[in-house]
Amino acid sequence: MLTSAQAGVAPGRVRIRRVRVGEAIAIAIVAALAIMSLMPLYWMVVTAIKQPTLVMKMPPEWFPRQLSLANFRDLFARRLLGRWTLNSAIVATSVTVAQLFVASLAGYAFAKKEFVGRNVLFWLYVGSMMIPGQVTLIPRYILMAKFRFINTYWGLILPSIAAPFGVFLMKQFMQTLPGEIIDAGKIDGASEFGIYTRLVLPLSKPALAVLGIFTFVSEWNDFLWPLVITNSSEMRTLQVGLAMLQEEVPMAFGLLMAGATYAAIPITIVFLAFQRYFLTGLTVGALKG
Amino acid sequence: MRRLYKDRWGYAFIAPSFALFAVFFLVPVVWGGYLSLLDYQVFNKEWVGLQNYREIARDSVFWLSLRNTALYTLGLVPLWLGKALVISALIFPLAKPIQTFFKGAFYLPHVTSSVIISMVWLWIFNPPFGLLNYIMELLGFAPHAWLGDVRTALLSIILMQVVMGGGSSIVLITAAMGSIPYHLYEAAYLDGATKTQAFFRVTIPLLRPTILYLLVTGTISSFQVFTNVYLMTQGGPQFSTMTLVYLIYDTAFKQFKFGLASAQAVVLFAIVFALAIVQFKFLGQEVEY
Repeated sequence: MLTSAQAGVAPGRVRIRRVRVGEAIAIAIVAALAIMSLMPLYWMVVTAIKQPTLVMKMPPEWFPRQLSLANFRDLFARRLLGRWTLNSAIVATSVTVAQLFVASLAGYAFAKKEFVGRNVLFWLYVGSMMIPGQVTLIPRYILMAKFRFINTYWGLILPSIAAPFGVFLMKQFMQTLPGEIIDAGKIDGASEFGIYTRLVLPLSKPALAVLGIFTFVSEWNDFLWPLVITNSSEMRTLQVGLAMLQEEVPMAFGLLMAGATYAAIPITIVFLAFQRYFLTGLTVGALKG
Repeated sequence: MRRLYKDRWGYAFIAPSFALFAVFFLVPVVWGGYLSLLDYQVFNKEWVGLQNYREIARDSVFWLSLRNTALYTLGLVPLWLGKALVISALIFPLAKPIQTFFKGAFYLPHVTSSVIISMVWLWIFNPPFGLLNYIMELLGFAPHAWLGDVRTALLSIILMQVVMGGGSSIVLITAAMGSIPYHLYEAAYLDGATKTQAFFRVTIPLLRPTILYLLVTGTISSFQVFTNVYLMTQGGPQFSTMTLVYLIYDTAFKQFKFGLASAQAVVLFAIVFALAIVQFKFLGQEVEY
């Protein structure tokens, strides 16, 4: 299909030249805006790899002449950094794996199974996506206290698995799978669960990839829930730990930027490795309601 | 019963998801409403009817937080959307690799956690040593305590969000632009429309569902601003950055008034819900090609 992308390319030499000039101006404007929004991240990294004594030097060095890992050495010398990293990794990984399993099962049922109450249930899920998380924050906290899950991995992990968005996304995707495949599986004598694991899941890989990546990133970055559900230094996630570090040494910018860089590295790697999914995956669930 | 037996696989597949969803979403939503009618503190739990709501109505800090949240949303959402629309319009006609490069550049700050972004901007906004005051001085302005001044604190947080935000909106808008049929542009150009006219008369009207979606989700998410406030200003100075969710957090987890905080959360939910409905009403007409 022709899209409006081709609209800019008109025949004739004069037109092409004018288009090129227009294109150059467009690139210049967008590049300026992009530099603006990446500059803070650049500044974070540059501050982190400066000599600690030069961090607050005025005028600041845009391109530090002497690189140093001293700020990172300070960071790794902090007692609980490894534990916080481990906590974040455990929580983000467990939530992602569990969410993929639970959401794909339910999404499959909503997309391909007939049962009484299906539509009502599905609208409950969709409707609850509109509810701000803070509305459930306090009752959920009290509930966790009753289960004695405060300051435990259970408390950090369980509520996030329930997020309704995953079910919605999987259902939207699985609806597009042809029903004949499932029927063929039945004829071949596969069990219900076998059809799900051996036919539906492999065909749903693109949606699973999108959901997995988004869940991991948002769990790794989550702040409010880990903040309220943990109360000992040992159980903090990396994000909460960094916020506490910020309160503890608010002017140690070299150390703080080293911490911020350290916490940003895993997500940046995930982003660069799976960029394709981020840039296409967003549209899977968002608009086709 | 027959029917239920026939449908058993549907229910079985939904069961794990629904159990979690019920415990951590449905029950808390209803319970949150109930809690808002209690005086619920650490050692005290009694029914007080609408007392909490009356207290909210009398509380000047609550009204201030509502005003701040509204100002924040009104300032941020149009700028976010405007920035995303301009960038999308500029990068859409460009060659695919360049387009993808820019999408990635704008998306990277979006996957970086709010904790990290807040830490970096605390450094940039720092009055004596921060980058912003250095640049201001180069331009001939006096240094300023951006986050320490009642007049500029909220504005500074908005500025930060505008500079860093918009990444996911750009992805969604360019995807929607790609699905606009080319013949509509052909018709417009045949009728003698310029590119600018085509943009405002063809592109923008056909993007309406996307713009609506971004408006609603942008409003909901900016009404929930918390992490930046927690790290950067703690609601100060003099409550000038006190937002609704920060107030809820403060009431529940600093003052331990869970009933009052639940009532505040119910008010937040009502406002967000009403705003979403208004936006759907005004922008929600169907688009036909």
